[in-house]
Amino acid sequence: MKHTLVALMQDHPGVLNRVASLFRRRGFNIESLTVGHTETSGVSRMTIVVDGSQTSVEQVIKQLYRLIEVLKVSDVTADPNVARELVLLKVHAPPSRRAELNSLADVFGAKIVDVAHDSLIFELSAGADKVESFIELVRPFGIREMVRTGRVAMVRGGGAHGAEAYVRAA
Amino acid sequence: MSETRTGAQIMCEALIREGVEIMFGYPGGAIMPFYHALPEYPELKHVLVRHEQAAGHAAEGYARASGKVGVCVATSGPGATNLVTALADAMMDSVPIVAITGQVAAQFIGKDAFQETDVTGITQPITKHNYLVTEIDDLAAVFKEAFHIARTGRPGPVLIDVAKNAQQARTTPRWPESVSLPGYRPTYEGNRRQVREAIKLIGAAQKPLILAGRGVQLSGAFAELRELAERTGMPVITTLLGIGCFPEDHPLALGMPGMHGWVHNNRAIQECDLILNIGSRFDDRVTGKTSSFAPHAKIIHIDIDPSEIGKNIRADVPIVGDAQLVLRTMLEELPPRECTAWVRHIHAIRDEHLHRQQYHRPDTQMFMPHDVFATFTEIVNQRGAYRVCTDVGQHQMWAAQLIDWLHPHTQITSGGLGTMGFALPAAIGAQMAQPGETVWVIAGDGGFQMNMQELATVVQEGLPVKIAIINNGYLGMVRQWQELFHDRRYSATPMWSPDFIKVAEAYGIPGVRVTHQSQVADAINAAYDTPGPLLIEFQVEREVNVYPMVAPGASIGEMITESPMVEV
Ligand SMILES: Cc1ncc(C[n+]2csc(CCOP(=O)(O)OP(=O)(O)O)c2C)c(N)n1
Repeated sequence: MKHTLVALMQDHPGVLNRVASLFRRRGFNIESLTVGHTETSGVSRMTIVVDGSQTSVEQVIKQLYRLIEVLKVSDVTADPNVARELVLLKVHAPPSRRAELNSLADVFGAKIVDVAHDSLIFELSAGADKVESFIELVRPFGIREMVRTGRVAMVRGGGAHGAEAYVRAA
Repeated sequence: MSETRTGAQIMCEALIREGVEIMFGYPGGAIMPFYHALPEYPELKHVLVRHEQAAGHAAEGYARASGKVGVCVATSGPGATNLVTALADAMMDSVPIVAITGQVAAQFIGKDAFQETDVTGITQPITKHNYLVTEIDDLAAVFKEAFHIARTGRPGPVLIDVAKNAQQARTTPRWPESVSLPGYRPTYEGNRRQVREAIKLIGAAQKPLILAGRGVQLSGAFAELRELAERTGMPVITTLLGIGCFPEDHPLALGMPGMHGWVHNNRAIQECDLILNIGSRFDDRVTGKTSSFAPHAKIIHIDIDPSEIGKNIRADVPIVGDAQLVLRTMLEELPPRECTAWVRHIHAIRDEHLHRQQYHRPDTQMFMPHDVFATFTEIVNQRGAYRVCTDVGQHQMWAAQLIDWLHPHTQITSGGLGTMGFALPAAIGAQMAQPGETVWVIAGDGGFQMNMQELATVVQEGLPVKIAIINNGYLGMVRQWQELFHDRRYSATPMWSPDFIKVAEAYGIPGVRVTHQSQVADAINAAYDTPGPLLIEFQVEREVNVYPMVAPGASIGEMITESPMVEV
């Protein structure tokens, strides 16, 4: 089963490398890992999707805490959360097929962000399933290039896994 | 105080502020500014080793014998990479050391400059934490953090790689009052609810066992462990790195479990209904095949490092905390109980297997390694305070099995990494930490040759280290595995050695060769009566095995004793 972890860490140089190499050497399987700044300067946030049993996910979390820069790790899989991925798709699009592609994009809420004489670039930000189906539906048109980010996630409602909340509590 | 200092001077002053008195190292280009500053600080003693690996092990030996942080120093590139084995060793055994390495100047980093190596990259998986310092202004805070991280929580090695420009620059140092590490907050006090759970389990168990590991040594929980054992009557098994934390002449002491543990211990583990694990990480050398380890037991696991709990063996009651503090909390409420029948049962197994667990003495006059250990333990325990640094191999296991370990920290050995070449440099560090004690090296002919250049350091520092080489002409432990599991194909294990007595003499160290058991006591006594270092070569029977043994990957329920296999 897939687990979504949210990890906060001090954004020192090399910290991404420490996390990634920890996963490698402990033999954990990372599905995706995204990292970026938070609302608090000096603190980065990673969303990590791991495939594993409950016990191995507990081990991942404990191992992450061994890294000195790691501030907080939460498994938000069971919490109601908003999870998003971003995909950019360059699709073969001769004028004859554009209308079809356009309506598909409309249904999914994908944006056209580049138009060339025989191709379009779509941008879609959505949950993983929706991203997946959009890609599958577009595939027959001819995907020329695709880039996808990993998952980012945030727990819904008042509960906070934010850096601000962590720093305040500390 | 607004006087300016060079980065190198700040490094020295930072070491003094951390209470460092001694360090082990080897100079070179990228660390030269530090060495240039060093003579201005006579309170910092520097020991010149002959190989940086030895600097690392000496720092470990110092730390393991003193409980303080050991410090080693090396230059960039090859100097730093030579430290790698010792850092890995310290990581596996949770030894607090700080390694300081020089790095090429910041403007050369990433350019494959002369003697540039990505040392923080290389050492990342084998240090508790590491730093690359390129700015002089970071030095003071980094040193303070590094020592804090090395010695607190689960101790471990920390490396500070300092670019040459940062050592050479000048600034007015600002010494931090405290460290700020928001992500690093070790838990020391055990959770009370969990401790109560544990007390309940202890009360309910019929056949409980204590498994005591290095965590007991590191937290100094000796009195607490003893009180716990005596109040409950629970017998105590000590792992290789737990040896000495519970005196082996105590009626509740059982000795070592696992691959070369005693039959009665492994059987007790397989039969018991409760294991109270205090600071041992359920190493695979202890557990054997994990799926069949302690099949009937509930597990209480106390460890300061949460990631150790449930890593190898599931825990019914996990308790994160410092062993001493957790045991103190436990002792506040722990009612007395007895385990007389259970202990009697284990003793009966011990007695039944004693003759096989010792060794079969053939009628010939073969000089067995066991003779050395039997006499050794008798003499050293009469001769006052001592430490034994063992190397890795058969002799290490015999030492663990056959010496009567009565005091904490008397055994210094490479447990987790099993590093050959460890003993001699570790003894240098241990002897400097404990000048009043007799520090012994017990090494095989193989491992001794891995760092024997350190005899020079022994002599240069005037250290009275006593060295015992158990020479069986083989890489003994590997030969044993070849004999038992590889059709006796002795591939690359017979080993020629130089005349160790002449080697010792070349370094100005007297040497004694022992070829018969009648000479053992004299030689060991001579070591005590000769001031300064002495080397004894014990030429023992070449093909003797360490028994009992659990085959690699097997369950600890299947032990090979003298020759036939016994189900335990
Ligand atoms: C650095 C290193 N290399 C290889 C090994 C594998 N190894 C484990 S025990 C052993 C043999 C040790 O032989 P010796 O030092 O003569 O001691 P003995 O077993 O004969 O007592 C070897 C090669 C090791 N532990 N460490």
